[in-house]
Amino acid sequence: MRFGLSDEQEMIVSTVRSFVENEIYPHEALVEKTGEVPQEVAQEIKQKVIDLGFYASNFPESVGGPGLSHLEFALVERELGRGSMALTHFFGRPQNILMACQGEQIEKYLMPAVRGERMDALAMTEPDAGSDVRGMKCTATRDGGDWVINGSKHFISGADHADFFIVFVATGVDETPKGPKKRITCFLVDRGTPGFEVAKGYNSVSHRGYKNCILYFDNCRLSDAQVLGEVDGGFAVMNEWLYATRITVATMSVGRARRVFDHAVQYAAERKQFGQSIGKFQGVSFQIADMITEIDAADYLTLASAWRLDEGLPANREIASAKVYASEMLARVTDAALQIHGGMGLMDELPIERFWRDARVERIWDGTSEIQRHIISREIFRPLGA
Amino acid sequence: MKVLVPVKRVVDHNVKIRVKADGSGVDLANVKMSMNPFDEIAIEEAVRLKEAGTADEVIAVSVGPAQAQDVLRTALAMGADRAILITVDGAVEPLAVAKLLKGVVATEEPGLVILGKQAIDDDCNQTGQMLSALLGWSQATFASEIVLAGGKAKVTREVDGGLQAIEVALPAIVTADLRLNEPRYASLPNIMKAKKKPLDSKTPEDFGVTVAPRLSVLRVEEPAARTAGIKVGSVAELLDKLKTEAGVI
Repeated sequence: MRFGLSDEQEMIVSTVRSFVENEIYPHEALVEKTGEVPQEVAQEIKQKVIDLGFYASNFPESVGGPGLSHLEFALVERELGRGSMALTHFFGRPQNILMACQGEQIEKYLMPAVRGERMDALAMTEPDAGSDVRGMKCTATRDGGDWVINGSKHFISGADHADFFIVFVATGVDETPKGPKKRITCFLVDRGTPGFEVAKGYNSVSHRGYKNCILYFDNCRLSDAQVLGEVDGGFAVMNEWLYATRITVATMSVGRARRVFDHAVQYAAERKQFGQSIGKFQGVSFQIADMITEIDAADYLTLASAWRLDEGLPANREIASAKVYASEMLARVTDAALQIHGGMGLMDELPIERFWRDARVERIWDGTSEIQRHIISREIFRPLGA
Repeated sequence: MKVLVPVKRVVDHNVKIRVKADGSGVDLANVKMSMNPFDEIAIEEAVRLKEAGTADEVIAVSVGPAQAQDVLRTALAMGADRAILITVDGAVEPLAVAKLLKGVVATEEPGLVILGKQAIDDDCNQTGQMLSALLGWSQATFASEIVLAGGKAKVTREVDGGLQAIEVALPAIVTADLRLNEPRYASLPNIMKAKKKPLDSKTPEDFGVTVAPRLSVLRVEEPAARTAGIKVGSVAELLDKLKTEAGVI
């Protein structure tokens, strides 16, 4: 068993880290203050990432991506996690689910997304369908040869910059012994399609500038050509392509935690009270010790689950463990870092309060901690028939 | 034309260095090491010359421990074509490095050698000048701009009080100053290609050079901590202190 990274992987880490430090950090204060990423900043980041060959680094070589392994991509995401999500969004990583594109969809959606010409956004969540995806009320019904979509989606991240949307809607109901079960279909919807509106969402306490929007569908008419995957096959494409992306929150939490940790250590070493560095007081030094221990644990757990994906091993439980542990670790680490900073930690003069706010959402999105624990325990009990 | 770029593995510029308790040197245990920043600038310049069609091949060379492979891989990922590692354990002084580089120049016959003006660990600022003397080549140090044309290099030098423009005949030695360029990030395709590029291993014996130090380090110590400043109540008091205490006016 080897824990070290290869030369290439070390270089990937150091390149992405320097990129985040030099190209992302300098814009963070402005984004935090205004809640907006200036268009020229977004474009500049995107162009630099394209020039570096890192754009769409989650895509295989067959479609023009770099063909990184899951582990290597996890390392990219980990380093990106250090920076503001509103800005790292332009270090484009289109949804892997676009690999399900077929026929004309490939040139219209997949390839332009990989090249950075068109940006995508994934729309699943609804006001009444969060963790319970099948509870969605947004529906598509047949009308002639077309589909007519009605309903709404919310919390759609990156929708403000998206040129097209990957939208999951109900296309029917199956009666099963456990009760009715909705059939889901995935559609590709272009911005500007008649009957489709992207509206301003809510202001979130986490990740200011990384906007979530509300999508309204009012008799929005789509042809069969817009179906991604098979009709009623929404869950199939979801399971095939969105399975591995759940690791993202874990990797980004680890990267962010390392940045927060560096702030805490620096402050504890420099801040003097009662004639010595506060880091010399056990109350602070033990917190630092616990922080780094938990960060390392989350890091190895996350990379190990990415490694399992590369090895073709079952990773569902491991990814869920990584997600729940890393996101909750980040909550503890940001809270301890704030405590070490004392009152200044709460002030917007320092980025600590922002890290603390940002951390809160990680336990909620991409499957809440409770859903992850459900997945983990289900995997354990299922073979026992319990 | 070939361009040779020597690169040194040094303590990363972000690391806050610590002197060993026994005063024998700087503590390097578990310290992040990277390519000397001025050498990165030198690599960048060489790669730009190649991209402009002025140079055909960029060769990176390092004198140092086996781990110096890392900085050579970084040079390859930035766009150097191949690399040479001359393995030396322990401290190696500028004169020994210059002699080894002279040996590399003899076999590779580059038209230009670009070095960082100094390494950020020992700040010697000697290797380029010594290599120039050993080879009998022209030198243009502290370059902030290099233009190659007609077998000559026009170099703008950063000197005290301004910029100095000089012209040297090729082959020549140029040392890079901070403002020569802004080094690029290694691109992902180049990172992946770096491993496949050749990296030759050599020893000082291959060049008939002995690297035994000629200097001995007696003691290394931290610079004295700055004492706190004081506030003065008036300009008159300031002037008085500058006269009587600081003795500067």
